[in-house]
Amino acid sequence: MSLDRSDVEQIAHLARLQIDATDIDSYGQSLNSILGLVDQMQATNTDGVEPLAHPLDAVQRLRADVVTEPNQRDALQAVAPATEEGLFLVPKVIE
Amino acid sequence: MFDKTLAELAQGLERGDFSSTELAQAYLQRIGNLNSQYNAFITLTEEQALAQAKAADEARAAGNAGALCGLPIAHKDLFCTQGVRTSSASKMLDNFVSPYDATIVNRLKNAGTVMLGKLNMDEFAMGSSNESSFYGPARNPWDTERVPGGSSGGSAAAVAARLTPAATGSDTGGSIRQPAALCGITGLKPTYGRVSRYGMIAFASSLDQAGPMARTAEDCAMILNAMAGFDALDSTSAERDTEDYTADLNQPLSGLKIGLPKEYFSDTLDAGIAEQVRNAVTEFEKLGATVKEVSLPNTELSIPAYYIIAPAEASSNLSRFDGVRYGYRCADPVDLEDLYKRSRGEGFGPEVKRRIMVGTYALSAGYYDAYYRKAQQIRRMIQQDFIAALNDVDVIMGPTTPHPAFKLGEKSSDPVSMYMEDIFTLSLNLAGLPGISVPCGQTQGLPVGLQIIGNYFAEAKLLNIAHQFQQATDWHKQIPAGVEV
Amino acid sequence: MEWEVVIGLEIHVQLATKTKIFSGASTAFGAEPNTQACAVDLALPGTLPVFNENALRMAVMFGLAVNAEIGKRSVFERKNYFYPDLPKGYQTTQLAEPIVGPGYVDIETEEGVQRRVRLHHAHLEEDAGKSLHEDFHGMSGIDLNRAGTPLVEIVSEPDMRSSREAAAYARKIHAIVTTLGICDGNMAEGSMRCDCNVSVRPKGEEKLGTRTELKNINSFRFIERAIDTEVARQIDLIEDGGTVVQETRLYDPDKNETRSMRSKEEANDYRYFPCPDLLPVVIDDSYIEAIRKTLPELPDARRDRFMSEYNLSEYDAGVLSGYSAQADYYEQVVKLSGDAKLSANWVMGELAKYLNQNDTDIKQSPVSAEQLGGLLVRIKDNTISGNIAKKVFEIMWSKGGSADEIIEAEGLKQVTDTGAIEKIVDDVIASCTKQVDQYKAAEPEKRGKMIGFFMGQVMKATGGKANPGAVTGILKQKLDALCD
Repeated sequence: MSLDRSDVEQIAHLARLQIDATDIDSYGQSLNSILGLVDQMQATNTDGVEPLAHPLDAVQRLRADVVTEPNQRDALQAVAPATEEGLFLVPKVIE
Repeated sequence: MFDKTLAELAQGLERGDFSSTELAQAYLQRIGNLNSQYNAFITLTEEQALAQAKAADEARAAGNAGALCGLPIAHKDLFCTQGVRTSSASKMLDNFVSPYDATIVNRLKNAGTVMLGKLNMDEFAMGSSNESSFYGPARNPWDTERVPGGSSGGSAAAVAARLTPAATGSDTGGSIRQPAALCGITGLKPTYGRVSRYGMIAFASSLDQAGPMARTAEDCAMILNAMAGFDALDSTSAERDTEDYTADLNQPLSGLKIGLPKEYFSDTLDAGIAEQVRNAVTEFEKLGATVKEVSLPNTELSIPAYYIIAPAEASSNLSRFDGVRYGYRCADPVDLEDLYKRSRGEGFGPEVKRRIMVGTYALSAGYYDAYYRKAQQIRRMIQQDFIAALNDVDVIMGPTTPHPAFKLGEKSSDPVSMYMEDIFTLSLNLAGLPGISVPCGQTQGLPVGLQIIGNYFAEAKLLNIAHQFQQATDWHKQIPAGVEV
Repeated sequence: MEWEVVIGLEIHVQLATKTKIFSGASTAFGAEPNTQACAVDLALPGTLPVFNENALRMAVMFGLAVNAEIGKRSVFERKNYFYPDLPKGYQTTQLAEPIVGPGYVDIETEEGVQRRVRLHHAHLEEDAGKSLHEDFHGMSGIDLNRAGTPLVEIVSEPDMRSSREAAAYARKIHAIVTTLGICDGNMAEGSMRCDCNVSVRPKGEEKLGTRTELKNINSFRFIERAIDTEVARQIDLIEDGGTVVQETRLYDPDKNETRSMRSKEEANDYRYFPCPDLLPVVIDDSYIEAIRKTLPELPDARRDRFMSEYNLSEYDAGVLSGYSAQADYYEQVVKLSGDAKLSANWVMGELAKYLNQNDTDIKQSPVSAEQLGGLLVRIKDNTISGNIAKKVFEIMWSKGGSADEIIEAEGLKQVTDTGAIEKIVDDVIASCTKQVDQYKAAEPEKRGKMIGFFMGQVMKATGGKANPGAVTGILKQKLDALCD
């Protein structure tokens, strides 16, 4: 499995990462060497092995349906790049 | 004063040899003088430190001093600290002042510790050398031309350079243990779920675990007492009673069964490291332990499995950094896609982008089974290897790293060679097991770390074993040549 | 060519929990922007989700109400995509292991078509925030109050064959979730939203045609209109030699047309994987059975009871039980008035007319069940006629007050004194000589219908207050006497 230039561009687009055109090839090379490393897995037979998502065999705990979070808009928006009238501003959303 | 351990400083405070305020002032001054050599701190929190020290002195005067009251500590810069920049060593969060405290920050605050500042690290904890930090690499006090390890490189460097008696770290694939080994200090990665992840900026959620870094196992036990415990804000937090990790430190080791995995002592292991680790094992035999060979046959597969699972989770965890609600936002975005792509493209460094892309690819349509699912299956095989081995022995020992500290820049151009440095540490995160790295010798004038691996929730046992080793040896007392105390 | 329409629905139901699915922030509707978006909802670095027990309980209630298998182990997954109303860059949802497995509901259209609609599954997920498009210097504003509100997404099989059936199915789901009390059912506020998957195929063909997805339709009427419009478009397209493209389309109720949402067309790759911040949700039989015991009477059972207990027609019983607030209202009116049929006529007639005209939910009706019940009591004891009652109702609606207060204040009490009525009848007969002559000249069997004119005159003279039964009797007696 080897990624070409357009694969790298497609992945960067999916991840919403701007990559300079001059850097695409070097990203491609390092991604290919990482994928070469991880492809070592493919030689191992894992038939019938249950995937392990969490190390502990725990189950989800439930939270009581009680309001615990008061309005903290001012504190939370203090670090926002752009707000107005309590809203976060972004370039126009087109539906 | 700067060569005292946390336990010794606690006694000094208790005896009234010095006040918390004096202690804080002394450390703040030392950091101010020496940090430029090591680049261990990203942010100094002088004002908070002095306020906390004053409060600690008042608490002590009022007879309300707990074990950690008034003791200085510094936090890795991925733990959210209210009112203080929390950067994760990324341009993305260079301007992020957290509006809340991480659970462990809160717990250590409530225990009376005094926060000196925030410590350097690899960007978003992705790295084994601290070279991916937006603020430049922290440096190894044993040789400032060498890396301190990573990702908790600032934490390890700060403790080794005596800029703080103790620090917090986080460990996703070895990020506490590897820098502890390379800097000659003690670092513990607890069992997954033992310490709350709430407020710790996530790298890979199913692998991340916070832990203490200090000069001795005893100090780590003191800090873990405050850090560990159930947290209702973290769904993956283990519902277990709290323990006193200092209670069993002095238990004798007679009858202890140690397993040495044959896979850990291959030809590629640095000869000096192999020798020091074997010497340490001999020391344990003198303390009454028995040793046998065990097998962890899937050790080599931990690298590919880890380098799928961790980037996959990271690619999703880091999607929230989009320039909308906080963090870096590119200048004058022309549209929404431009806002996302440039904010993320400019805000993240190359290693972070690389891992996001690997993870994105591994999860994308058509590759999920071949990569992510396969890696999770191998993850189970690795866990089962450990469970089988730990049926036979009490603990497993081996080197923490395959090499001592390498030179800055030596591996930074080749990510795969960097990833190979994590061969002995990754598998514990995959299995969720606890491990501790303790200084056990030197090679080429650089520290060597011994990794001790225990069963689930066996932190007290690991700390007991490490403490007994440190009672019998003085590797943890060595001071790097250039560090004056 | 004869075409068959194939429809499947995805219905998003907002659960009526107090707090978000994964945080302790309030879900109350209508708050100031971002005042109910906490650190977790904003996806601040380091924040983590914890699952709301009430969201789980409500999802299980729904599953039991639609005869479904309950997932004893369900798993939250992440659906990854970038959008400003999605703070984490992924939606936490369920895919491979949902909380509710296959089930079904039975529906009936107004025309009496009955059908069993199978549910593929229903899963729990979090709602997104809202983008507000008012112009902020060319920018959009993002309100994250809604982000993290618990949703159950109910996915049907493509079992519906007309827009009527689709609307009937949506109504049935609405009736179930409101009866269970797990959703307030307010479609205007977005508490229930429908996506319709629509395709057509030649009648008799087995293979499904290419479908389009109509997004975010928020009224039953629009479901019908949107589907009808889309079906016509697809048939025209195919008959003109074109092909239907699989895509998402938006229904524009103002223009009554659907149009392609090009911005969402980009091939999506959601990179689903199990959410590592949440653990598998595991429940056992005793948990499920305990919830089963709390289930209220469901719409189908209530409809059957209305038929047997109140002697209502299947249609009336179906309409009244179709919305739990309406069914509750109706039963209260019956209790007060003691007349099930009269109560049904009023709740489905006058009350429904006013609610519709004023776009008001029955829960906000200005005329309470107590008021309406009191009014019907006065019809039954002949204090007022049905026509006067409508007048009283109008005043009740606009100004409030009990039936007795209004009747008293407006002097609407019915005249039942036969002496008084006789006098008015005499006056009417005396003044309408032309009509009296016509009456006399008519065949006796046609005279009955002609009484209506005189009736109208009497009512006009009494302001509608004369007892209609008494007036009819007296009129007939006096007019027939003239004919002899």
